[in-house]
Amino acid sequence: MGGPIPILKVGPNLLTTIHVELTDTIAEVFQQDVLRAIERTGAGGLVIDISVLEEVDTYVARVLADTGRMAALMGTRSVLVGMRPEVAATLVRMGYGMEGVETALDVDRGIARLASPRGDR
Amino acid sequence: MGLRVLDAVELPIRYEANIAEVRRSARALAQSRGFDSFATAALTTAASELARNVWVHGGGGSAVVEDLSDGQRSGVRMTFRDSGPGMSPADLERALAGGFSTARSLGLGLSGTRRLVDEFTVDTRPGAGTVVVITKWTRF
Repeated sequence: MGGPIPILKVGPNLLTTIHVELTDTIAEVFQQDVLRAIERTGAGGLVIDISVLEEVDTYVARVLADTGRMAALMGTRSVLVGMRPEVAATLVRMGYGMEGVETALDVDRGIARLASPRGDR
Repeated sequence: MGLRVLDAVELPIRYEANIAEVRRSARALAQSRGFDSFATAALTTAASELARNVWVHGGGGSAVVEDLSDGQRSGVRMTFRDSGPGMSPADLERALAGGFSTARSLGLGLSGTRRLVDEFTVDTRPGAGTVVVITKWTRF
């Protein structure tokens, strides 16, 4: 584990709260840490909590979306949770709606989503 | 009453950490001038995109953050300057037309950034670097 963002095993899933401002390097290291944690723990699901982030630019958004896609390739479903209204508004206005990324309002709903059949909202 | 520049700060963009410093500077000024949280996030995100362009594509440069007043509203103007390769008119047009299919091109984020601010100008040509100026105003 290289980066400053802890990744916790909670039941069958991994839970990570991004609690620091993401520089490009921290975002890239986070991505690698998540993938290694999936391999190490065999987690069936991944919840990435971004409720602390006051802004998410397109670079960070792309790293987060890619992390979910990479996890999916490994066989782990992921949910991005806690996006602030300001972040959602800004990303959509920029034309970056993060299509294909599963999202939920908060950690509880994210974990519930992972327990539900795919596509069930 | 005309436009007044109340204060100006120049920040270097030479290292990756400088991108976060530019972002924090934009956020602090917007908040102190009464921008709402949505406008603050829009300005800060635009600053982040443009500072990254300077760092990644321009080989470094600077950002000037200005505190503006037009007598009624407060504004923040930010000028991003690099001495990188610059863009041809055709490149610029493509970058502004946008989308993210050009993620690796020089214009990363320009089209999206333009939608986040009130005023947006780009001055660039091949070999002469790029200057992007954005301004955002409080609504009231």
